[in-house]
Amino acid sequence: MSFTELSPAKMSMHGRRKAVNGIALTLSLGAMSFGLFWLAWILLETFRLGLGGMALAVFTEMTPPPLAESGGLANAIFGSALMVSLATALGTPIGILAGIYLAEYGQRSWLGRITQFISDILLSAPSIVIGLFIYSVVVAQLRSFSAMAGILALALIVFPVVTRTTENMLSLIPNSLREAAYALGTPKWKVIYSVTLKAARAGVITGVLLALARIAGETAPLLFTALSNQFWSSNLGEPMASLPVTIFKFAMSPYENWRDLAWAGVLIITLGVLALNILARVLFRNKN
Amino acid sequence: MSATFPAGASPAEKNTISTTSGGSPAPRKRRLPWADTAFSFAAHAAALITLSLLAAIIASLVVGAWPAIREYGLSFLWRSEWDPVEDKYGGLVMIYGTLATSFIALLIAVPVSFGIALFLTELSPAWLRRPLGVAIELLAAVPSIVYGMWGLLIFGPILATYVQQPLQRAFGDVPVIGALVAGPPVGIGILSAGIILAIMVIPFIASVIRDVFETTPALLKESAYGLGSTTWEVVWKVVLPYTKSGVVGAIMLGLGRALGETMAVTFVIGNFNQLDSLSLFQAANSITSALANEFAEAAPGLHQASLIYLGLVLFFITFVVLALSKLLLSRLKRNEGSRT
Repeated sequence: MSFTELSPAKMSMHGRRKAVNGIALTLSLGAMSFGLFWLAWILLETFRLGLGGMALAVFTEMTPPPLAESGGLANAIFGSALMVSLATALGTPIGILAGIYLAEYGQRSWLGRITQFISDILLSAPSIVIGLFIYSVVVAQLRSFSAMAGILALALIVFPVVTRTTENMLSLIPNSLREAAYALGTPKWKVIYSVTLKAARAGVITGVLLALARIAGETAPLLFTALSNQFWSSNLGEPMASLPVTIFKFAMSPYENWRDLAWAGVLIITLGVLALNILARVLFRNKN
Repeated sequence: MSATFPAGASPAEKNTISTTSGGSPAPRKRRLPWADTAFSFAAHAAALITLSLLAAIIASLVVGAWPAIREYGLSFLWRSEWDPVEDKYGGLVMIYGTLATSFIALLIAVPVSFGIALFLTELSPAWLRRPLGVAIELLAAVPSIVYGMWGLLIFGPILATYVQQPLQRAFGDVPVIGALVAGPPVGIGILSAGIILAIMVIPFIASVIRDVFETTPALLKESAYGLGSTTWEVVWKVVLPYTKSGVVGAIMLGLGRALGETMAVTFVIGNFNQLDSLSLFQAANSITSALANEFAEAAPGLHQASLIYLGLVLFFITFVVLALSKLLLSRLKRNEGSRT
């Protein structure tokens, strides 16, 4: 790398280019650390304050009134687990079917293209609008807030996520696999069910896990569908407490015991969501 | 891409005897003659559910907002009054809050995301690439309520003491900037909401830009390096022009997220329904936080209808933004197809 024979003008240009490059790359390094800095800070604070509020009572006792001596989040944890699992059970089959349609049936048709477009819009649509929608078609009609409405709202968030991943995973399956199955005389449903879907299984499960992680922390669509409940309830026709809504209520309050519980709840949610995300990635990588 | 065989109707089904199972496959096949139709019907039905869902969302919002639409028409968009007591409503304050916070968020997030994508695609050593990419994606997975609570109780006070108060001391008397930094420096308001939104959308934008950058053919980059370009020149003059529409699509996707984000904003924006200064420190309101705070308690009638109207406006804005993002990203994919 000797530039001795270059003219001074060229040397200065070379220097300038090198300097610009250096500055840009330093800034890029800075941006990367900026991103990681927030992740680290948020996780650290969540752990510090969450562990401070953590106790066995969090898992065994009901949400307390303000300024009470003890209390926990048992009803909220139960409500969240119930609603999230039922919503996933409801949203996943439709999502997988829609994904199958997009990847195996509707690839060239206008219906397929429009469906894909709309599914992508729904994927990123504001979740509070989904809450508004369920409010007007379920809550307003039945004249009561209910866990069922919350489950429907969450299921509507699950389903585009699953559609997207299923479609992506199915379109990664090589066509030769499908052709081989067709050549054996297999009917189309059987090709999809026992060949392509089976080959894409890990990816589809990853999608379901990511959808679970997404709705576990969703607050907005539950605010005016499932509302909240101070007590233990497993009745789907009644308002039900959920972890995110309870955290919202407790964190905005001035009461010390509520805030401590909110931090404990935030820690539980964060750990759960991160664990699901990491599990999804590990699962997907092992299969591929 | 896939060859779609008309499998259900194909004569092959009748003639071919499965060679894999050996035994007597014929009865097994006849057992499910309707299976193909049923399966295809279910898949088509799921697609139609997707389509009708969008239509149903729009219809239900329009119906719910109708009293307010009839009362105010489009003037709702620039009326700033929001008074549940007098039953008079206008959406300007919330619409302004949503747009202003999202704008601040993009102002911060776009350069940072670009830097992160550059780092992940060009600078990072190969063994670090995956863990760093995963870390950024995990930042995207953290639920928004965590950002909100952290923003209100941890970040807000720090922002107030170390950023807002010094800024006010330094610029308080300068004409234009002074107006921007007026107001109570308590760590709640447009600026805090914008910063928290930025932290939230950085991972979305960064990971899409990274994916988009990776579509650049290695040949193009290698040619540029071969001519003696620096890393920066390769990214700025080769990768970025090649992926332009994808990068804009990624930014739009982030904008869509920022506009519709509820919890993180609700915690820190201050929920203040008046617009009496342009200060960035002023407590304000956004569409999503107005919905989150008021909707469950709103009386049926004009108040509720006005809130749904706000929701309709939000859905319309995000729809346009996301549709643009999708078009731009898919244009990149098409180009990629034609060039390789």
